[in-house]
Amino acid sequence: MSALGKIAPWIILAILLAVAPFLFTSGTSRTMLSIMALSIIFALSYNMLLGQTGLLSFGHAVYYGLGGFVAIHAMNTIIRNKYAIPLPVIPLIGGAAGLFFGIVFGSVSTRRAGTVFSMISLGLGELVASSALILRTFFGGEEGITTNRSRLAPFLGYKFGPQIEVYYLIACWCFICILLMYAITRTPFGRMCNAVRENPERAEFVGYSARMVRFIAFSLSGLFAGIAGGLAALNFEIMNTQSIGAAQSGLVLLMTFVGGAATFIGPIIGAILITFLQITLSDITGAWLLYFGLLFIIVVMYSPGGIVGWLALHEPIYRVGQLGRLVPAYAINAIPLIVMIIGGILLIELAEWALVKAESDGPETSIFRIPMSTNSVLPWIAGVVLFFGGALALRRTWPLVQDAWGAALARLREQPA
Amino acid sequence: MTPALSLQNVTKSFGQMEIIRGVTLDVPQGERHAVIGPNGAGKSTLFNLISGRFGISSGSIKLEDQEISGLRPYEINRRGLSRSFQVTNIFPRLSVYENIRCAVLWSLGYKYSFWRGVNGLVDARERSEDIMERIGLAARRRDQAGVLTYAEQRALEIGITIAGGARVILLDEPMAGMSRSETEHAVALVRKVTEGKTLLMVEHDMGVVFGIADRISVLVYGKIIASDTPQRIRENAAVKEAYLGQAAH
Amino acid sequence: MLEIIVFSTLNGVLYGMVLFMLASGLTLIFSMMGVLNFAHASFYMLGAYFGFEIARRIGFWPAFFVAPILAGVVGALVERFGLRRVHKFGHVPELLFTFGLAFVIEEVVQMIWGKLPVDYRVPPSLDFTAFRLFDTTYPAYKMFMLLVAIGMFVALLLVLNKTRVGLIIQASLTHPNTVAMLGHDVPTIFMAVFGAGSALAGLAGVIAGPAFVTQPGMAAALGPILFVVIVVGGLGSLGGAFAASLLIGLVQTFAVAINGSLADIFGASAADWFGDLGTVTVAQIAPIIPYFLLVLVLIIKPTGLFGTRET
Repeated sequence: MSALGKIAPWIILAILLAVAPFLFTSGTSRTMLSIMALSIIFALSYNMLLGQTGLLSFGHAVYYGLGGFVAIHAMNTIIRNKYAIPLPVIPLIGGAAGLFFGIVFGSVSTRRAGTVFSMISLGLGELVASSALILRTFFGGEEGITTNRSRLAPFLGYKFGPQIEVYYLIACWCFICILLMYAITRTPFGRMCNAVRENPERAEFVGYSARMVRFIAFSLSGLFAGIAGGLAALNFEIMNTQSIGAAQSGLVLLMTFVGGAATFIGPIIGAILITFLQITLSDITGAWLLYFGLLFIIVVMYSPGGIVGWLALHEPIYRVGQLGRLVPAYAINAIPLIVMIIGGILLIELAEWALVKAESDGPETSIFRIPMSTNSVLPWIAGVVLFFGGALALRRTWPLVQDAWGAALARLREQPA
Repeated sequence: MTPALSLQNVTKSFGQMEIIRGVTLDVPQGERHAVIGPNGAGKSTLFNLISGRFGISSGSIKLEDQEISGLRPYEINRRGLSRSFQVTNIFPRLSVYENIRCAVLWSLGYKYSFWRGVNGLVDARERSEDIMERIGLAARRRDQAGVLTYAEQRALEIGITIAGGARVILLDEPMAGMSRSETEHAVALVRKVTEGKTLLMVEHDMGVVFGIADRISVLVYGKIIASDTPQRIRENAAVKEAYLGQAAH
Repeated sequence: MLEIIVFSTLNGVLYGMVLFMLASGLTLIFSMMGVLNFAHASFYMLGAYFGFEIARRIGFWPAFFVAPILAGVVGALVERFGLRRVHKFGHVPELLFTFGLAFVIEEVVQMIWGKLPVDYRVPPSLDFTAFRLFDTTYPAYKMFMLLVAIGMFVALLLVLNKTRVGLIIQASLTHPNTVAMLGHDVPTIFMAVFGAGSALAGLAGVIAGPAFVTQPGMAAALGPILFVVIVVGGLGSLGGAFAASLLIGLVQTFAVAINGSLADIFGASAADWFGDLGTVTVAQIAPIIPYFLLVLVLIIKPTGLFGTRET
């Protein structure tokens, strides 16, 4: 690959980051972009464990949250004592905290691998999250800890009050972190992470302690999670037990997995998509958490490589020019699939309204901008028909996709090696 | 001269079952030594004990005068002993090149460094290229190890074992499952890559054993009943009765 | 003092037995299928909610029999139509599937029954005092729970030791791969095991619902503790699960009863020295004691108290 080919993606990334707030100019969009950028760092740090080293953690929010809390206390201390430390340095403090706790908890967690490691991460996550309610001075109890980022010393004249300024600060950190985490995958250590993921026993027999590799990976992922936490602290100007709990850990798992844990770029896509869904869906429907759960299950069942993983499957097909064979099959299958999804959403929304809101707000509601009543049978029947009808039709049309893939793969194998 | 590998009265029990009942063996430096014996004799267990996969129950194992019993596999590997596996034990989703490169990194001193780009490490690249040439997989360097043919995976298995430059090589049934012609290739490969090193090999194929080994030890029910040159082993009455007589080639 | 000890022991054993009812099902599923069922506590919750619905429409005793069966059926269906697809992807996707499932079950329960606890009551037939010790009474319902738990434990022992099915289960606890090769109809067995495990969890839920609170968060509250039990006891060890369940049940219950704090020992200056830690009472940290135990066991004996299996 030529030198330009290597640098090009990074230039494109930098341009996208720089230009994004001008493509989406509303206040909420800029907030969303900021959250996306720091979620990218968080999800990439998580994938250092999951995708790179094969460690499934259910408690990663601990390092994000602790990084954030240390950062926010640092900010308040700086404000109180008028230290000359500017805002852009704060994520570094979060990162240091994340690294520290990554080392401390990692020394215990990485003693075991596999399923047991996952259970340990869950237990440790609960331990820290529950401690948060006990250690009230540090965690602020139910209200959390607040701060005001524009009260720190100005940096190059900026006080970082407006969201757009905060966005660029986060975007810079995002770029740096993506670069660093990508670079780490291309080091001897990064390679051995993959080796330990593939075959920890063999890695031991070529001179590497699998436990040490996991420990270092754990500590480094804590570092970057802490940076993300620090950015969250200055973005939201509040940290509470939400940021450290099981829900946050589940969210980063969702982002990374749905995006695709097997590639470097997967978690980036996942972070962007899930953040977008989280912010927009929660305004539209009360059942958004249910949709997230269902999305997760569907991805696990039908595409465990996530979105990017699914796309990557097509790469060899694309290379031999057989992609055209698949497109019509996909297009035909898309119709029953969409019908099925619409039916499913209709049923869930109706159920959600009928069970949760109808008592207080009455049976009238509007779904897909169509007014309907949960009391009338018609919408329910429509939902059932659409969902099951779509499912049955999909079963009929799916063989088209299988046949297309079969033909494409056969053509692939014919190619000279 | 200190032997490359020295086992003194090594025993191993799994619960009540005594698998290795007192093995004493010295392998001089540079020797090619084969271990043969009937199924269940404990050959693979012996390898697992030497390479640190299991701990011994009693006795001592010395690598060039350093006691290695009780050490973790990676500690033993760092001291210059490397082993292959009877059931192919590679990194399936990494490419052939990556498989070999992972095996050279520690021996080149790169340890856990996460601050140097691995693609810029010239010595790692050159060593890996060299190994891939020697095992005949240079053309497959970019392919995932998991999609190689069985014989190619066995070659890769050997490649990973020797890549780190270990002085003492343990090969556990390297020809397992190979056809006649594949075996011939593999024998030439083994001879080539173990020149100047100490080789300890477990094999069932007598043709291979007599072709490669300088000395042969016969392991029966966890004890070595004979340890001698191939010619004398062939003539040894006890060995014939215990082993060769049952599966004469 | 004696009063506290007696009642804490009773409550601790009771809580431990409920934990064991859950942990045993989880261990069985894990041993036979290799799947660590994240949603196990969710079936406990389903058992409680099904029990609540049936109890308030028909009666407690029908609920007692029907709710666990319902939970078991849901489990079998989940295995047949969901988990079965995921087996081929390996253990991590299986674990993730059950993780997503737990999430979805909690959301659905919340949607149907609301976020607040439901009024799942002790049935009138069992709503009396079992005995009185010193000044405190002990409810008969809790004795009933204890009886059911012990009965389940005895039944489990009998099945494991005296039946052919039990023999297979025992074998799969330590040698799952060998058992798989014995030629049994594996998919159907998986469905049955998952269903049976879920039914056991549902049974625990039906009887625990009135005693402990029935609310949508109950699965998420008990789930992590359940996994601590499994890890502390040792993966795949029923005896370990039993020991760890009782240990955690007793320790947590006794901790709640103890109201002392470091301040009581060291005086008011404890707050200066230890900050928040100085004034927090043992009772307040009771919920997180199991996690300290987890860390301790991991440092001292990583395979758990009785464990032999790594994964």
